[in-house]
Amino acid sequence: MSDMDEMDEGSGIVKKFMFLNRKAPHGTVYALEGLEVVLITAAFDQDVSMVFTDDGVYQLMKGIDTKGIEVKDFSKTYRALEGYDIEKLYVDQASLDARGLTEDDLIVDVTVLAVDEMANLMAEQDVVISF
Amino acid sequence: MLHIVNKSATERSSLESCLRMATQGSAVLLIEDAVCAATNGNAAAAKIQAAAAGLKIYALGPDLAARGMTGRVLDGVNVVDYGGFVDLVAEHSNCQSWL
Amino acid sequence: MQFGILVNEGPYTHQASDSAYLFARTAIEKGHTVPRIFFYHDGVNNSTRLATPPQDDRNVSARWSKLAADHGVDLVVCVAAAQRRGINDDVLAPGFRISGLGQLVEMGIQYDRLVTFGD
Repeated sequence: MSDMDEMDEGSGIVKKFMFLNRKAPHGTVYALEGLEVVLITAAFDQDVSMVFTDDGVYQLMKGIDTKGIEVKDFSKTYRALEGYDIEKLYVDQASLDARGLTEDDLIVDVTVLAVDEMANLMAEQDVVISF
Repeated sequence: MLHIVNKSATERSSLESCLRMATQGSAVLLIEDAVCAATNGNAAAAKIQAAAAGLKIYALGPDLAARGMTGRVLDGVNVVDYGGFVDLVAEHSNCQSWL
Repeated sequence: MQFGILVNEGPYTHQASDSAYLFARTAIEKGHTVPRIFFYHDGVNNSTRLATPPQDDRNVSARWSKLAADHGVDLVVCVAAAQRRGINDDVLAPGFRISGLGQLVEMGIQYDRLVTFGD
């Protein structure tokens, strides 16, 4: 991958990166292209958290089938995140509640947080990127 | 932390999501279509005024002017220019754009 | 202070690239540095020299090019996003270059702030 070749692996700086996913998949490209940034950031050995709030929780639904809309199903990638040492996946409880969903509906193991816990987590980040 | 919101509060939920997650004492800057939330009589005004008790609320002046809303800004909302926008980013240790 | 800027939308449809430009220009005027601006998603469409807006409108890509020429700002277009959207070296305006997402991550690691403009 070309991104790997140009990595500055010697910098030694580790920052806290939070990727905030607020949009459903497929209606826009943000979820897919956002995931690409997350994978690269992990390759730089940064402290990566992924957060799913609002419609972003739909990205993690079990049983996604994109054959009928003829686009790539990238939902399996969330299952592969562990292999990239991305283990901090957080979901907003209120966002699940507002959509009639529970943790059992999601394709990966996540930590469900109340809004004040999520707010504090966000406040302590060095870099927050929202897709 | 500086929270930046750019979408109209009567069209999208980003302002609401931002206000829900902004911790006490953090700053919220409204830019682009979001500035209309900081004006008198609009549907989000009560939300902004309630939030202003615990957060610092700013609106970008050039975006207010571009929408004919300069004279309608709510009490408690600070109007800044682009220089003020840059200062806000510099003054806070991190920022988040609620896209 | 060093500011990195991420632009996620193309020109003319969304205000994002206008806001990003004004932010970058103002930061530089105030004595900060903007070493790099990264263009992602439809933001890659900021980089084409083929756009010919009407005379009485701003020329977004030319404005970015001038910022790069005057202040040494590195304008980086994401290769994967560019390839999806038909942007390649043949159409790039002056000052832009195509590279990988690692350039975006580096901005987050190395600079004091990363500010995102999008939809």
